Amino acid sequence: MLTTYLFILLATFAVASAVATILSRHAVTSALFLVLNMVSLAGVYLLLKAQYLAVIQILVYAGAIMVLFLFVIMLLNTDKEESVLKQISLKMVVSFLLGTAVLAQLLFAVAGWTDTLPMISAAMTEVGTVEAIGDQLFTRYVLPFELTGILLTAAVIGALLIAQHHNKKGTS
Amino acid sequence: MDLLHDLSYFWPAAITSIGGLAAMMAAAFKTDMRWVNAVAVFTALSATVVAASDLVAGHSGLLFSGMVAHGGTAAFGTFVVSLGTLFTLVLSRSYLEKIGHHYAEVYALILFATTGMIVLASATDLVALFVGLETMSVCLYVLAGLVRERKTGIEAALKYFLLGAFSTGFLLYGIALLYGATMSTSLDVIAATTDKGGLYWAGVGLLLVGFLFKVSAVPFHMWTPDVYQGAPTTITGYMATAAKTSAFVAFILVLGRGLQGSVEQWAPVLEIVALLTMIVGNLIALVQHDVKRMLAYSSIAHAGYALVGLTAGTLSGYDGVLFYLFAYTLMNIGAFAVLAYYETADGQERSTLEQFAGLGWQQPALGVALSIFLFSLAGMPPFAGFAGKYQVFAAAIEQGYITLALVGVLTSAAAAFYYIRVMVYLYFKSPEQPVSLPAVDRLYGWTILLLAGLTILFGVMPSLIVNLF
Repeated sequence: MLTTYLFILLATFAVASAVATILSRHAVTSALFLVLNMVSLAGVYLLLKAQYLAVIQILVYAGAIMVLFLFVIMLLNTDKEESVLKQISLKMVVSFLLGTAVLAQLLFAVAGWTDTLPMISAAMTEVGTVEAIGDQLFTRYVLPFELTGILLTAAVIGALLIAQHHNKKGTS
Repeated sequence: MDLLHDLSYFWPAAITSIGGLAAMMAAAFKTDMRWVNAVAVFTALSATVVAASDLVAGHSGLLFSGMVAHGGTAAFGTFVVSLGTLFTLVLSRSYLEKIGHHYAEVYALILFATTGMIVLASATDLVALFVGLETMSVCLYVLAGLVRERKTGIEAALKYFLLGAFSTGFLLYGIALLYGATMSTSLDVIAATTDKGGLYWAGVGLLLVGFLFKVSAVPFHMWTPDVYQGAPTTITGYMATAAKTSAFVAFILVLGRGLQGSVEQWAPVLEIVALLTMIVGNLIALVQHDVKRMLAYSSIAHAGYALVGLTAGTLSGYDGVLFYLFAYTLMNIGAFAVLAYYETADGQERSTLEQFAGLGWQQPALGVALSIFLFSLAGMPPFAGFAGKYQVFAAAIEQGYITLALVGVLTSAAAAFYYIRVMVYLYFKSPEQPVSLPAVDRLYGWTILLLAGLTILFGVMPSLIVNLF
């Protein structure tokens, strides 16, 4: 029962922060909501017993990629940076968190009353470990895995091709 | 599962990916770009030969724990994609040299894109399909914006990237919903599902949207003209043929293998899209003055003809589409190659109809070749385009889609106008100032003539290819 409640809470937070991401006018606020979205998703992964995915989600998405996002955004509009940070008031943050939590509470109550609570399958307990993921990745999914390597190589080469300043008529 | 055994049936993709890396390595050690081009062409040639021998051998089955299929439709898709890549690589050297963008990275990206296309064209699992599609798309985004000095080049890359990423979102959401509905990403399991709820249909719908975007069907065609016009001409040919072929083959595999049980539901959707695509593509092409842009709209219209074969939803329909794609690859790469020559021959950057006036008499062989390609695109006998159209329309009529075939034939007749108008300018208009085009690069010229020859050969004897299915 507690897991189901936590799932509803995290899912509501994920959806609410995703909606807030596309609705907020400032890029920085958007990015911060995106962080909240990714953290909530990591929580959902934890509930599904996918600890490895949850850790990677936080490390890679909420960590590295979001830092890059924020860097780019702040570099692009340096003049507004201060005003944006000033606009984020404690009141807004608390009201968003509280509102979403209450909404989750309501949804949970309504779902429990109408008997439509989601079930979390017991079969999920073993699939989330590093061993299980590695096993799948190198047996069943070996072709997509290798192709992802090609995809990343191509992306690096493409980025270099765009960024490099080739001389107009030269070879490279 | 034996990896090496599986790999032995999947050589074309392995060869092209290794070739891409080899092209990068060759660029590191050789400063002469011709070397890199030679490596890339050799790679594509071996991939084509292996793909052809796989096609003739006629074995079939699943590889890599059901991720991809070999033989049959997949083998044919692999063959057409490799062939398109081979011609593109041969033709690109002289064109890229002339526009001053002859970089080794281009060849590496083309070969990596080909790897993605081959996986896409043989995927029997939605995971493999998605990764293949992304590999192809990422390479094409970069290639579309190769000519950065031109505004159209940047516009092409940005538009393609943003809209492409958006459509990928649709496709991915569709895959996720289908997985939710059927508990699997494997097409065979999806085909076996009997419990088709709202989740299933939403997934199918989103999947269709993603695919229709990639094959540039109306109403998801908006990106096509700008991207095709802004990309380097030989690369445009590559995008219009190899990329479209692999997307269509993947479409055939998904519809025929995974969703054949729901044919009654998706056929009407495709019917309407095919109708719109044929009508809109051809009508807008009528008023274009830029020949490259006109060919972009014509490629939308051709996607409509291929969709007619898909709508039929039968084996003969799918085979018709496959032959159509093969014919389209030959004639379209040829047409874009001649355009690329006219564009760069004497530094005039010709692309509008008026600038083409009288060019047919210069380099008569190329003029004749372009006429052959355009006649074939218009669907006139005895060229390959006619045989292709005949097969898709025949399959549609078999299934009772008379309106579809009728509209197809009528729009083809309208299309003949804008194809023939190019020839009128080539031969019956005199240029404002006398032009004389320099001789074409020998390999380039012979490749175009070979393509023209093949266009006639498979128009006269389509059975050469049809018997291979």
